[in-house]
Amino acid sequence: MNNSLASNIIRFIVLLLVQVTICSNINLFGYINPFIYIIFILLFPVNNNRLLFLVIAFSLGLFIDVFLDSGGVHAAASVFLAYARPLFLKYVFGTLYNNQTIKFSKLQLNELVIYVSFMTLFHHFLVFNLEIFNISQILLVLKKTLISSLLTAVLSILIILLFKSHK
Amino acid sequence: MQQIFNFVIRNKTFLLFLLLFGIALSLTIQSHSYHRSEFINSANSLTGGVYRTVNSIDQYFNLKEQNTILVEENKKLREMLLNTPSVSEATLIDSSLSEGRFKIVSAEVYKNSYNSPNNYLTINKGKRDSIQQDYGVITSKGIVGIIDNTSKKFSTVLSILNKKSRINAKLKSSNQNGSLTWDGISPYLAQLEDVSQFAKVTIGDTIVTGGQSAIFPKNIGIGTVENFKTDVTGDTYKIQVRLFNDMTTIQYVYIIKNTDVEELQKLESLTNEQ
Repeated sequence: MNNSLASNIIRFIVLLLVQVTICSNINLFGYINPFIYIIFILLFPVNNNRLLFLVIAFSLGLFIDVFLDSGGVHAAASVFLAYARPLFLKYVFGTLYNNQTIKFSKLQLNELVIYVSFMTLFHHFLVFNLEIFNISQILLVLKKTLISSLLTAVLSILIILLFKSHK
Repeated sequence: MQQIFNFVIRNKTFLLFLLLFGIALSLTIQSHSYHRSEFINSANSLTGGVYRTVNSIDQYFNLKEQNTILVEENKKLREMLLNTPSVSEATLIDSSLSEGRFKIVSAEVYKNSYNSPNNYLTINKGKRDSIQQDYGVITSKGIVGIIDNTSKKFSTVLSILNKKSRINAKLKSSNQNGSLTWDGISPYLAQLEDVSQFAKVTIGDTIVTGGQSAIFPKNIGIGTVENFKTDVTGDTYKIQVRLFNDMTTIQYVYIIKNTDVEELQKLESLTNEQ
């Protein structure tokens, strides 16, 4: 338990710093940045307290907002993603989720890809909608969502696989 | 009463979610609708400290480029110096105007964004260096933005690449005024709106600051006319302006303090009251 607590705190800080110092300065094709900080929300232990999860996701988003001067965009998207996560888990893992025995370190690659992609798409769609905040520019929102999600999903899967514990 | 408690306990996750999401949403809406982003901004010691560390590494990669910019600027200043009539004459002409009306502070850019619809820069000068809201920020090439929030050591700058930015500008050739805005699409193009159709616009014309507000002095470069078309309303032009500054690679900026601004504001508020 303590081990998991420590690794989550470290993950929180490292992802936050990597996001604001590196990933928000990539600017691929001039405007595409991945939001890899959502890995924290993706991998947060399932059986933990949901209230705590919401609060932590919110504060992670808020920190990102402070660094990126983006109002409350990331806080809103993060807390929504955290709240909606059980739906995605249920969809991707089915019965496994009902038994609350998901271990993210023991996932099949295809499950991981589906889970990460759906979560990323959902989160990015919220982020860009709130950021652009104009329904008449929905095409721009969709374009940014698709391209950024692709980048985030690929990077996230690579990072998750890279740091997967081999036990 | 019991039932209310039961309801709260049963739906505590949903209620907490609503609360947090509501807070985040109101912060988002606030950041979209008001000029100032009061609560959430990167002018504080935490973000400033992190960005300073990154910048101290990052700046080595741009040394060559920054050097070229400095040499370019030096050349321009040298030319101006050589072409001014002798110093005594210049003071004779200018003494009635502004003896040191504008003061300049240099600053380093710690964070710069240009890919969201509302972009801000974070710079390493703040209240300690007597920087205040609404001071103008420029580079040797042209304008960058306006100081938005300040903390002790850091400030955020509302970039001209921000949908909330609106800056008085004019065509250099005909002195026709307009407002410089940004449509959120390209970091190299801004838009000059509300230019009267009486103005003669040609592609390649220079756009400079208008000097109608106290923020920027007159005739600071902004960009050149890329193309123009009649606005939807039919009696104004909407001009696409190619910015002199490459907003994606800004490293050092100058902050302009207008020492007359207090007097100006006092005078204006007096006039408004009457």
